[in-house]
Amino acid sequence: MDLATIKSELEASVPGCRLQIVDNPSPSAQHSLLVDPEHALLVATYLRDFLHFDYCSNVTGVDWLPKELSEKVKVKKTVDGPNGPQEKEVDEVRKTFVPGYLEVVYHLFSTADRTGPLPLRLRTPDRESTHLPSLTPIWRSCEFQEREVYDLFGIHFDSHPDLRRLLMWDSFTDHPMRRDYVDPDDYEYEPTAHDDVLARHRAHYSTGGGPSFPTGGGQ
Amino acid sequence: MDEQLKAELSKQGIFATTLQEIYNWGRRSSLWPLNFGLACCAIEMIATTMARYDLARFGAEVFRPSPRQADLMIVAGTVTKKMAPQVVRLYNQMPEPKYVISMGACAISGGPFKQGYNVLKGIDRYIPVDVYIPGCPPRPEALIDAFMMLQKKIDAQALTGESRPRHLHADAPSEFPVPAFGAHDLEPTHNPAVWQAPEPALVQIEPAAAAAAPGTASGSAHGPRND
Repeated sequence: MDLATIKSELEASVPGCRLQIVDNPSPSAQHSLLVDPEHALLVATYLRDFLHFDYCSNVTGVDWLPKELSEKVKVKKTVDGPNGPQEKEVDEVRKTFVPGYLEVVYHLFSTADRTGPLPLRLRTPDRESTHLPSLTPIWRSCEFQEREVYDLFGIHFDSHPDLRRLLMWDSFTDHPMRRDYVDPDDYEYEPTAHDDVLARHRAHYSTGGGPSFPTGGGQ
Repeated sequence: MDEQLKAELSKQGIFATTLQEIYNWGRRSSLWPLNFGLACCAIEMIATTMARYDLARFGAEVFRPSPRQADLMIVAGTVTKKMAPQVVRLYNQMPEPKYVISMGACAISGGPFKQGYNVLKGIDRYIPVDVYIPGCPPRPEALIDAFMMLQKKIDAQALTGESRPRHLHADAPSEFPVPAFGAHDLEPTHNPAVWQAPEPALVQIEPAAAAAAPGTASGSAHGPRND
């Protein structure tokens, strides 16, 4: 069953759900299904009970930063020329602002039909609102992986039975896989620092341009 | 005691030794490691104890499951920040005399995870380490080498004087503070009594200063040489 069929079947069976196919342009062509958070539980139940997606193998979080897309568009404009006003095609750069959001991706398989994976995506409206429905009531295998996503990305899964940190300790307050995470500044001298590490080196040791080696010259 | 005289006496069937020698021989020949592994280095440690490499030849065949019965802690693998307090606590629970081998790149410095958020940059930030073994992971031969190095170190210890081992110092600490879980990192990030941040070995001359004094012995490693 291809993704478009699944989508139309879901739309017919779960009234009001907003689905969207997210294309994957790479050679793998693993397209995924974007589900709105309000109907996610119903969609997941239907996928499990009627389309036999009985196994959720993987849950991942993604942090998408806000970004500005610029594209060149040809626009017809009237320009004042030497022979009076003329209509000309002018290139114009249009900038569109895409707000950031947090995303959870579920990889579903059907062991009964031997199909899959079906990647399912849930998105928050922006990076500040972090609540998404938990799919642990549908697939038990999501429990620890949703805890891991909560730990590393700070996404709160509503109606998760036991939402605690999984990898970091309980009194830890940050979410390390967020793109704006700032890790503790405990830099230690490194002989071959470069890039980010070199910038840290400069902040810690005011000895100029970083670690150096004897150049060997100077006869 | 004179070595020649000792050799002469042994030919006559008389064995002479010193208390220090026999004490150190006893310590080095029955180093019981703690049954404790953290990551892939532990697999090499296990291989070292098995028939092919046979660590039992060195008197270390009994890996003790309790720190109360162990003399040697082989920190074999990545020490995450979540695990670090437990490692220090296990070390504190070991009776003196006790020794630490820091096995592999991770236990020495954090290794490939050094710039990560969750890995301790070396166990020597919290507890004193006797022998470091580089490698990722080190071969069993390397662990045996470290073991023999530790035995040589124990053999060379004098029981009296200022350089006597820690367990014979009444004032030297046997336990070290266990770090606490903080909001962002372990607190404290290291024990200043055990470890201090290393200073850079070489100080680079500022590019401006190098340009002002052409022909100096060492210029900038990154900037162009103008001689």
